[in-house]
Amino acid sequence: MIKRGLLATAALASMLTMGAVTAEAKTFVYCSEGSPEGFTPALYTSGTSFDASSRNIYNRLVEFERGSTIMQPGLAESWEVSEDGLSYTFKLRPGVKFHTTKFFTPSRELNADDVLFSFNRQWKADHPYHKVSGGTYEYFSGYVSFPDILQTIEKVDDLTVKFTLQKPDAAFISKIAIDFASIHSAEYAQQMMDAGSPEKFDQEPIGTGPFQFVSYQKDAFIRYQANEDYWSGRTPLDKLVFAITPDAQVAYQKLAAGECHLVPYPNQADLAAIEANKDLTVDSQEGMNVGYLAFNTEKKPFDDKRVRQALNYAMNKESIIKAVFQGAGNAAKNPLPPTLWGYNEEIQDYPYDPAKAKALLAEAGVTDLSTNIWAMPVKRPYNPNARRMAELIQADWANVGVNAEIVSMEWGEYLSRSQKGDHDTVLLGWTADYPDPDNFLSLLNCASAKSGGNRARWCHKEFDDLFQEAVKVSDPEKRTQLYEQAQAVFKEEAPWVTVAHSVVHKAMSNKVVDFRIDPLGGHVFYGVDLEE
Amino acid sequence: MLRFILTKLGVLIPTFLGVTLIAFSFIRMLPGDPIELLAGERGVSAERHAKLMADLGFDRPIWEQYFSFLWGILHGDLGVSFTSRQPVLEEFLTRFPATVELAGCAIIFAALIGLPAGIIAAVKRGSAFDHTLMGISLAGYSMPIFWWGLLLIILFSSPDMLGLTPVSGRLSALFWIDQDTGFMLIDAFVSDEKGAFKSAVSHLILPTIVLGTIPMAIIARQTRSAMLEVLGEDYVRTARAKGLKPLRVIGIHALRNALITVITVIGLQVGVLLAGAILTETIFSWPGIGKWMIDSISRRDYFAVQGGIVLIASIVMIVNLLVDFMYGLINPRILHRR
Repeated sequence: MIKRGLLATAALASMLTMGAVTAEAKTFVYCSEGSPEGFTPALYTSGTSFDASSRNIYNRLVEFERGSTIMQPGLAESWEVSEDGLSYTFKLRPGVKFHTTKFFTPSRELNADDVLFSFNRQWKADHPYHKVSGGTYEYFSGYVSFPDILQTIEKVDDLTVKFTLQKPDAAFISKIAIDFASIHSAEYAQQMMDAGSPEKFDQEPIGTGPFQFVSYQKDAFIRYQANEDYWSGRTPLDKLVFAITPDAQVAYQKLAAGECHLVPYPNQADLAAIEANKDLTVDSQEGMNVGYLAFNTEKKPFDDKRVRQALNYAMNKESIIKAVFQGAGNAAKNPLPPTLWGYNEEIQDYPYDPAKAKALLAEAGVTDLSTNIWAMPVKRPYNPNARRMAELIQADWANVGVNAEIVSMEWGEYLSRSQKGDHDTVLLGWTADYPDPDNFLSLLNCASAKSGGNRARWCHKEFDDLFQEAVKVSDPEKRTQLYEQAQAVFKEEAPWVTVAHSVVHKAMSNKVVDFRIDPLGGHVFYGVDLEE
Repeated sequence: MLRFILTKLGVLIPTFLGVTLIAFSFIRMLPGDPIELLAGERGVSAERHAKLMADLGFDRPIWEQYFSFLWGILHGDLGVSFTSRQPVLEEFLTRFPATVELAGCAIIFAALIGLPAGIIAAVKRGSAFDHTLMGISLAGYSMPIFWWGLLLIILFSSPDMLGLTPVSGRLSALFWIDQDTGFMLIDAFVSDEKGAFKSAVSHLILPTIVLGTIPMAIIARQTRSAMLEVLGEDYVRTARAKGLKPLRVIGIHALRNALITVITVIGLQVGVLLAGAILTETIFSWPGIGKWMIDSISRRDYFAVQGGIVLIASIVMIVNLLVDFMYGLINPRILHRR
């Protein structure tokens, strides 16, 4: 009897201490904007899924320094590029441990097999995991078109992997630093396959990153805890919770009530109130994106660059940005954002000059032009209110005698019809996948004019040659020069009106220490701390 | 009785087929397809678009797709969600308890307040209470849920105002409890985390009120009018004339007969609740099927939408069927009617 009583007391005491530990544990609550589609980044394309997986659970061979686009070694300690730019040899970091969780205990450390598994799954149709969980790898096969770039991936030894390319690609390193190229555990994959539940591999993730997955309650919470053995040092937080809160107004209320520490996409309208609240802060940074209006250069009279220039001159960009972005955007003069290397500072934007616009239209022999402006039905950081923007452009163009009708339709149809070139002029934008001018300027090359991603349907030999050349050379200075020249050609030819680069805002509690806005739009919690 | 059941079931089958047809065709009538939405601003080449559509089976003739959907339903297979790549049925079932919990609390809340209010209003017909109640219920009935939800959040949850209830979700993020049953009240109750149950209850309060407001108003109004009708009947007058206590006349003689209408109304609220849950769940970040359906529609997740609609419609049909049987129990004449 006494013994049982003692046991009970001991159990109670241990429960109490455990309780105390939990209470002291640093738990960071992030009011995330939506539910992840899953936890294998290669299968998905949304930032929401990347935040929940690649950016906190996994690592890549090469990574970006936190809050910047500077490349740094990740799981690869170092790498060498061959003279001809065709082969990349990566030395893996020794001693990297995969997460040990309730559902998996690794028996070995990271090695070349894991790298091969992570890429071959996406690449080889006969790979045992290729078809698992739907088997579409939009980034690998579509956005970065690795099947057209990769020749072979070989394991040289346990800690060395060699990638051979079909053709030189100067942006290759940037590309393998992004989410889809996250490194998974081949051992865990094999274990799940043997257990007959390979799809679990994509739902209960195992990585090498700073946080390890604990559980996901659909549409409600994702729970993580610190990876005690993280190769780059344990993160200051003990626990991380994503509290899924899609409504921005509600997220702000939660932030104010202390139910979460950070809101990724606060409403523009709430910013003043957040800034006025002494417990909260707003951090801002120029986003790596561009909002533009593309002229369909295959249609008359937009095949004439004088008309495109005229309509550039006719737009009062400053007043449009003031009205549409309300302080959350800056005028754009280049198709690249100023935070990206290769940005051409020298370029002069077309000033607002209706007289000049009229003169150019007259010179081109265009009178009584009737056209359309397609306005997106959705809100995007690079264009928070396309309808309003279109109305302002319409008014500006009317001043120079151009009559434009505003056209709007459902988003899916908008995308597909503008891809087919049904528009005269269309409002759209772009947010960087990887920090390389190649990612923005490929929207303007001849290949994408053919496939439709180039909404201006603009194929200009001089621009295209510069673009192609820049992909081949690996010397960063030379590439910068080529991109600067390409931007000059672009400005002269004016296939777009470059409208704006947005500013992104993050609302957070004052307790949050050292959260850095990721220029690529991710939310990375490694290194973040909470003040008591 | 058997005949009664068979007749009711006979109506259900064509209704169900109609639902499958509507669910299948409406989502496909929306412009834009899942591949285009997935590709977004990047665009997708015609070849890749065709390949991905074929991978999903959307290149087959439309009637073939419909019949394979029906065939799947017969085998308990509603296909795989395009977004999560998991079976639709599983996706539905993991979220359904959250909706049931919320809808259950909302209907209990609505009945607990609506029924007595309606009875009192009928008994005190024409009084100030009656007028006030009818005024409030008309307002409740016309309440835009979205506005009402945000208003309550600002009033009750904002730290600058009352700061009494949590803003959204089902549980504070600080509790890490396992989801065994999916019903947060139960899971929190059986977990060892102290305070989790209280947190679960406090998270339920505002969404319950928001979702329960319209049904409460309807129940109050319908109870009132049903009671008024019954109170005017001869047998009630007889009961009163016999000298029965007023409470007994109202509680036994009148209410039992008025309940037939009221139960129908409560039964019909299941549809209203599931529809209202879509908005309520969105406002309160409540992880139920309403929010899931909205997300699936915006992603053009054909399988999730058609499967979800069929499941929700089936639930409404089954509940209506049960309501029909309950009439029979309350009023046996209905069973024997030819």
